[in-house]
Amino acid sequence: MTSRDDPKKLKIASFIDENLKQVFSDLERDEMPDQITDLLTLLRAQDDELKVKK
Amino acid sequence: MSNPDPRDELVTHLPALRAFALSLTRNRATADDMMQDTVLKAWTNIEKFKPGTNMRAWLFTILRNNFYTSRRKLNREVADVDNVFSDKLSVKPDHDGRLQMRDFKVAFEQLPDEQREALILVGASGFSYDEAGEMCGVATGTIKSRVNRARARLTELLELDDDEALELTDTATKAVVGGTGTTS
Repeated sequence: MTSRDDPKKLKIASFIDENLKQVFSDLERDEMPDQITDLLTLLRAQDDELKVKK
Repeated sequence: MSNPDPRDELVTHLPALRAFALSLTRNRATADDMMQDTVLKAWTNIEKFKPGTNMRAWLFTILRNNFYTSRRKLNREVADVDNVFSDKLSVKPDHDGRLQMRDFKVAFEQLPDEQREALILVGASGFSYDEAGEMCGVATGTIKSRVNRARARLTELLELDDDEALELTDTATKAVVGGTGTTS
């Protein structure tokens, strides 16, 4: 377990988290796949249709 | 005045949701299928979301539940991995940090699912141990233990216990992460 008074472990934990944030940030910048944007378009269209019917 | 539509907020979390899906599945096709299912479930059950609570946590929970349900159905612990992390190297700057980041990604992909998930939630996504425990349906102590084991394994794989190695890696990583460091 990482101890509060163990600076080396804290430094390693910080290094790991920093790398993870970079990896996660890289992945967030990936272009959204077509299947997701198409799904959103479809869901929005269905919602609009329901609103009109109401 | 009308209340904001939570579906509008949902859309803003999709990049993070996809990053989480990719980090969990390590496979683009599987991640996108999981994400499609999650968006559909969340959208059609939006009335179950409690306004004022953490929507990102809600979405991540739906996705990770789908992932583990699917894994149980397939009855396998080992996923089809397409090196979703390490194959992104082509976009990295060509300096010392490139190899260090590659090493990190390769090591990260080797962690068991539960440890990878805990580390992503706490280390990369900024959830507290309590929140991560709630999302994963386990005690806070279990999440702490998973995070610690994941860090210990990465420390071992990357030989971070070696002071000199950590210093070198630190410099290279800062160059990649912030673009402010220098590699010499």
